[in-house]
Amino acid sequence: MIRYELTRAGTLATTAPMMGARRTVRWARVLPLAALASATLGGCVNVTAPDKPIVIELNVNIRQEVIYRLAADADNTINENEDIF
Amino acid sequence: MNRVSKMIAVAGLAVAVLATPAMAQRDPAYEAARASGQVGEKMDGYLGVVGGASSDLQRLVSDINIKRRALYSQRAQAAKPAVTLEEYALTAGCIAISRTQPGEKYQAPDGSWQTRTSAPPMRDSRCPAAQ
Repeated sequence: MIRYELTRAGTLATTAPMMGARRTVRWARVLPLAALASATLGGCVNVTAPDKPIVIELNVNIRQEVIYRLAADADNTINENEDIF
Repeated sequence: MNRVSKMIAVAGLAVAVLATPAMAQRDPAYEAARASGQVGEKMDGYLGVVGGASSDLQRLVSDINIKRRALYSQRAQAAKPAVTLEEYALTAGCIAISRTQPGEKYQAPDGSWQTRTSAPPMRDSRCPAAQ
């Protein structure tokens, strides 16, 4: 049995309306509007940097994860060495 | 019961009796020091002396801690993936503290010595839930 497959995707023979040509953005008109919008919004958003450095204590989480993983093994170790525990 | 099964039963009993003393138990001096609260379980997985210690007691504690350290080191390296000696020791400490009996001493997260009651011991927040 011979199967026929497309070797390469082609463009559609017909294109949907409004998709045929790339829409051009009229930057000359948009840019001043964008500038105006950012200027008016500027007063609304206040971002203040924290005075203390942000410390992510990964060490604590990693240790806890490790301890949980080791718990069963440590439990056995203690059982097998009762003379020193 | 025929003779063969009797012999097997006797042999099994003999093995059980012989195997029991082979399982290491605590040294009587260590057991007594624990019960009297002269030594306690520390958070770091080692034994600590509570209050003043005689040189004999100090030697007993050091001896046990050396053995514990060797064990922790061996098990930490055998873990997959390997962990640090301190991580293994801390885990063992969590478990050893949770296994203390009422009247025995243990070290609380603030470093103070506490006497174990029937209530769960105060342990490091990273300790796994007691089994």
